Amino acid sequence: MAILVDKNTKVVVQGITGKEGSFHATQCKAYGTQVVAGVTPGKAGQEVEGIPVFNTVEDAVKETGANCSLIFVPAPFAADAIVEALDSGIELVVCITEGIPVKDMMMVKDYMKKNYPDAKLVGPNCPGLITPGEAKVGIMPGHIFKRGNIGIVSRSGTLTYEAAYQLTRLGLGQSTAVGIGGDPVHGLSHRDVIEMFNEDPETEAILMIGEIGGTAEEEAAEFIEAHVDKPVFAYIAGITAPPGKRMGHAGAIIMGGKGTAKAKMEALEKAGAYVIDNPAKIGETVAKILGILEVAEEEKTCDTD
Amino acid sequence: MKLHEHQAKEIFSRYGIPVPEGKVAFSLKEAKQVAEELGEFPLVVKAQIHCGGRGKAGGVKIVKNMEELEQAVEGMLGKVLKTFQCPDGKPVNRVWIEKATAIDKEFYLSITLDRARSKPVLMASAAGGMEIEEIAKENPEAIIIEEIDPELGLMPYQARKLAFRLGLPVKDFSKMALTLYRIYTDLDASLVEINPLVLDKEGKIIALDAKLDVDDNALFRHKDIEEMEDESQISPLEVEAKKYGLNYIKLSGNIGCMVNGAGLAMATMDIIKLAGGEPANFLDVGGGANVEQIANAFRILMADEDVKAVFINIFGGILRCDRLAQGLVEAGKMVELSVPIVVRMEGTNVEEGKKILAESGMNFVNAEDMWDGARKAVELAGG
Repeated sequence: MAILVDKNTKVVVQGITGKEGSFHATQCKAYGTQVVAGVTPGKAGQEVEGIPVFNTVEDAVKETGANCSLIFVPAPFAADAIVEALDSGIELVVCITEGIPVKDMMMVKDYMKKNYPDAKLVGPNCPGLITPGEAKVGIMPGHIFKRGNIGIVSRSGTLTYEAAYQLTRLGLGQSTAVGIGGDPVHGLSHRDVIEMFNEDPETEAILMIGEIGGTAEEEAAEFIEAHVDKPVFAYIAGITAPPGKRMGHAGAIIMGGKGTAKAKMEALEKAGAYVIDNPAKIGETVAKILGILEVAEEEKTCDTD
Repeated sequence: MKLHEHQAKEIFSRYGIPVPEGKVAFSLKEAKQVAEELGEFPLVVKAQIHCGGRGKAGGVKIVKNMEELEQAVEGMLGKVLKTFQCPDGKPVNRVWIEKATAIDKEFYLSITLDRARSKPVLMASAAGGMEIEEIAKENPEAIIIEEIDPELGLMPYQARKLAFRLGLPVKDFSKMALTLYRIYTDLDASLVEINPLVLDKEGKIIALDAKLDVDDNALFRHKDIEEMEDESQISPLEVEAKKYGLNYIKLSGNIGCMVNGAGLAMATMDIIKLAGGEPANFLDVGGGANVEQIANAFRILMADEDVKAVFINIFGGILRCDRLAQGLVEAGKMVELSVPIVVRMEGTNVEEGKKILAESGMNFVNAEDMWDGARKAVELAGG
């Protein structure tokens, strides 16, 4: 099952002839994702590693049946690319691009809400998403993920890799890992993805990685408290971040005393989530609470005896 | 990006929002000229810094004659002004001088993004002069919020509604609010704020203060705004880092950090604290750190005299660990590394990477994982 993407997902890569686009389209394809098309205006008829290039997303959809778009278009043109994908009937848009103006994203999100309430946007400024063993629609290193029952949702790229790697090393696989991105205005929220994981029969536990800024983690906490019975683990980055400073991600900023890591941790703890304070112990904590690590250690003890 | 009050007032004025008549001065000589041009006293002298709380810190002075003006300007220009919001202070290199306003009542007005709704909101309050955060804490119902539809923009009825509720002249206030929204969208602002917005003794409304922050991501289409940046208001190392595409923020601790990715960089700061140390900075070298970038990052970290040890924490995904290790070794030859460097690498080709560091003959301390790295860095920094 997993969520959002699987082996049947057909991906069109917008901006495929660019450096990033061609590299990652090739990587996704090598992972086993069905990358059926690419789009770069004016470059129809070309191929990138055997992937046909079209002038418009509409053409790509008509010819290949693509239902998911992966966007690498530069920031000044990214909003246009997202809207093109939506208008061409794409149901899932994954936007990797970093640095899109907030106003552009605000207009896109508003347009999407009014015209395509069922379409989904992941990102922007995100690593994309992966259902291990089936489809990688993003820029993450595929080999650190392993198929299993833990759903990951995160605002950060490398921190997601860190967490996934810790889990994988302990034998804890993932159903799907979704990087929702670090921008203040973005598509799917923590809450949205947690809702999907909650309904996904394959997902047995959820790991949420948040960071300072905004109130998305608090909203997720409310949802968890009211609706989620599966174990939820949470790590929030930025407990040492000073207020008023933008910590790399445009969305990671504490303003007017709002959006602190402490407030988020408290809300999640109150909602019944397991809040992890040491980012090096994410895998270990999940394993211990799910009762997996103890078993493993006992086995080890038996062996040495 | 933040603008100074005088820059925001100049922009407001160009759009037709009434502001007190005034001008910026960079020297005492200019200040006296401005005073003469304005031709009357009392005047208000306001230190221009990127920080709130100036009034209480002596950064705003009302002067009744030329002598007082000279005193006030000399007390500000070239000095570092510390306010409760910026305890380390900001250098004052310019003052804004304006005609004093006879205030009847003070209000608050701003437009910013409401992240939860992904829409702009107009916020107004009759409790002007106070920080909006203070009002929100003490008296949240005193803040009136109007949600703005991004497609329609602020509608005149919304502005009228606020004017009626606040008891402000309806026509003037509506015009001001709608203009403020135009500035917000025209300039890709992340915040436009008038605090206080005053009703003067003649019944006119005036923007007594002005704040304008612009979305960094949108600066590519506002070159004129970008050129207005006053770099003296940012730490010199942050300015330097920006030139090399590095994301650097100076903090108060003694353990320098170099990390790939913003989330992991924050997590690294946190784990240093957890291990009993204090991070000296936030530094994100991005996803594809090359030799030049690493060398520049080293240079910036070594230039910070507070740094007693460095913790490099890299999760190699697309950026392979062997490439990173080569980068560290080469950069280490270019920059004198005067403090211990703890390296934690994980991910693609990590064994090759560790081998390269071990064989380099350079003094890199290997860490097994993030926790080990943080503890070693704290120990080497002297606790």
